[in-house]
Amino acid sequence: MSTEAIDQLLEKRYEAGFVTDIETEFAPPGLNEDIIRFISAKKGEPSWLLDWRLGAYRHWLRMKEPRWAKVSYGPIDYQASSYYAAPKTKPAPASLDEVDPKLLETYAKLGIPLAEQAILAGVAVDAVFDSVSVATTFKSKLAEAGVIFCPISEAVREHPALVQKYLGSVVPTTDNFFATLNSAVFTDGSFVYVPKGVRCPMELSTYFRINAQNTGQFERTLIIADEGAYVSYLEGCTAPKRDENQLHAAVVELVAHAGAEIKYSTVQNWYPGDENGVGGIYNFVTKRGLCEGERSKISWTQVETGSAITWKYPSCVLKGDHSVGEFYSVALTNHRQQADTGTKMVHIGKNTRSTIVSKGISAGRGQQTYRGGVSVAKSAAGARNYTQCDSLLIGGECGAHTIPYVEVKNRTARVEHEATTSRIDEDQLFYCRQRGLSEEDAVNLIVNGFCKSVLKELPMEFAVEAQKLLGVSLEGAVG
Amino acid sequence: MLKIEGLHVRVDGKAILKGLDLELPAGEVAAIMGPNGSGKSTLSYVLAGREGYEVTGGRVLYDGQDLLAMEPEERAAAGVFLAFQYPVEIPGVSNVYFMKAAVNAVRKARGESELDAIQFMRFAREKAKLVKLDDALLKRSVNEGFSGGEKKRNEIFQMAALEPRLAILDETDSGLDIDALRVVSEGVNALRSPERSMLLITHYQRLLDYIVPDRIHVLVDGRIARSGDRTLALELEAEGYAAFGAPA
Repeated sequence: MSTEAIDQLLEKRYEAGFVTDIETEFAPPGLNEDIIRFISAKKGEPSWLLDWRLGAYRHWLRMKEPRWAKVSYGPIDYQASSYYAAPKTKPAPASLDEVDPKLLETYAKLGIPLAEQAILAGVAVDAVFDSVSVATTFKSKLAEAGVIFCPISEAVREHPALVQKYLGSVVPTTDNFFATLNSAVFTDGSFVYVPKGVRCPMELSTYFRINAQNTGQFERTLIIADEGAYVSYLEGCTAPKRDENQLHAAVVELVAHAGAEIKYSTVQNWYPGDENGVGGIYNFVTKRGLCEGERSKISWTQVETGSAITWKYPSCVLKGDHSVGEFYSVALTNHRQQADTGTKMVHIGKNTRSTIVSKGISAGRGQQTYRGGVSVAKSAAGARNYTQCDSLLIGGECGAHTIPYVEVKNRTARVEHEATTSRIDEDQLFYCRQRGLSEEDAVNLIVNGFCKSVLKELPMEFAVEAQKLLGVSLEGAVG
Repeated sequence: MLKIEGLHVRVDGKAILKGLDLELPAGEVAAIMGPNGSGKSTLSYVLAGREGYEVTGGRVLYDGQDLLAMEPEERAAAGVFLAFQYPVEIPGVSNVYFMKAAVNAVRKARGESELDAIQFMRFAREKAKLVKLDDALLKRSVNEGFSGGEKKRNEIFQMAALEPRLAILDETDSGLDIDALRVVSEGVNALRSPERSMLLITHYQRLLDYIVPDRIHVLVDGRIARSGDRTLALELEAEGYAAFGAPA
């Protein structure tokens, strides 16, 4: 593949780049205790939660922004952003009809017509628009099964005991700089509780969207699967095009009790910035699941094609004996995107098992690092881990790096790590083209093949979307 | 159908083809025989449009069109097929998915309707029978973990599916045992037709016992040294390429 050809394919337009014109209510820019009180009051929160936020904020003031990841960016001015932006429409609409049509139009442009998707795909969508959830569907069907699926701000009001018990139980307020910031200022997100023995009757799905200018998005998601319960949760993200960088620091906490299983899938295409690295989302996310009970299972699957900078390590703490953690990841960096991503598997219980499959694709001047930690505590007799970490390079100016950390304190544990780095080679491209495929289709085919073992872990409708997304993200990578 | 006139090609600055002339009428099966380094593989890659082959003189007409001006996928759509000497592996992409994409790309370029999954599966099974390629191999990743024989059978299956008008078979016999050679040859023979021309590129005459060519061209040092009928191969076998001017 010639250099110009690659340059051409790397020229791609960000298809979700538009701004919805809706009056937005902002908090004044800046971050201090008054702002946190403002957010808490806006949400009508109980005092324990305000105290929780303030505690996190005071701790955050003493923390330093981490700079150990292999990504480079200028200083972030935390005082320049507004920490609260809500569309000025009626809050909490009872049905889709009450939702501002402009919001729904926005979703339609993203290819997720809410009503249609809800009806056709049988997916319950808790759509988060900036900071306020604007629509919730299929609630009644879920309620029948006893499943709670609602905005976390609503859960704070309706199910305070559950929220108070679990919020911060997996990612404590003191965990890390970005998670602590999130704890102080989080505005909304999703809450899921699946009671004992219940198999959630549908895939739960949330589309997050950052819309207003100069606002960070700090969503907070909490999912609890009680004993023997099962839930599959899909998260998709898109952000419109902006010249300035936007901060996104989310926290996701999962708790799986004995025999429970949580499957968490993400397709992330936040705005990646343009080909010169101008604009784009800074995605600093803390995602962690606790396999609390025996034989519980947590599975993370992610397809990451967006963001200017990604800093993300969905992890599993395998506390229950015989519990299982999985991490399947496809990350694509094009143009000047940088990603430092991977996972952490913490084996504590006996006979705990973890599987890590990471596929990294770098094109343009993209830089990508897989950073993975596997630790086996003294108590984790018979623990097993298998890690496979593959990198695919497209063109000569990108980079791929693999940094595995392994710490084993029990002699009966078995930890395996395999890693490969390859390039889309001319032989493969020519073979495909000789069979009649265009160069672009050939690259897509090869990339999709490379990612197959991860894509097959996604729920069907997401897998199709992810494949398309990979194609769109690679447009301009050859020509 | 195919006319090569005074073709000069350089690879990495080194002249490989030095004024090659060749004519292949419609429906003819011609063998290009030659020693290592005579330019056989270069010829097949140049015809298929691979990058890195610098044409410094001459021209190639395919149905009167300037073949060398076309992109590889345009040549494929126009009916040019190359059976690779070393078929390439594409991990994670099933054989049948790959061929569906290829066949539909070619059909689209030809203004024909695309086949859906069910239609294609029926079509593929039919074509696979030719070379005794079973379902398991159709569903495996393209050439991944295939034996040498399976890879070559897969090439002929692809040829059958793409229904080319000019098929170039580059050392299709290399690495095959007798049984595999027979299966592959039967497949190729079944695909002979008055509308389809073939170039068999081979070092050895063994292949020609199974696929009997209409004509034989001996390629030595980048040029056709001699052309003749079937008996030329026997002569070669007896006297070796040295008799045709190749360095011993």
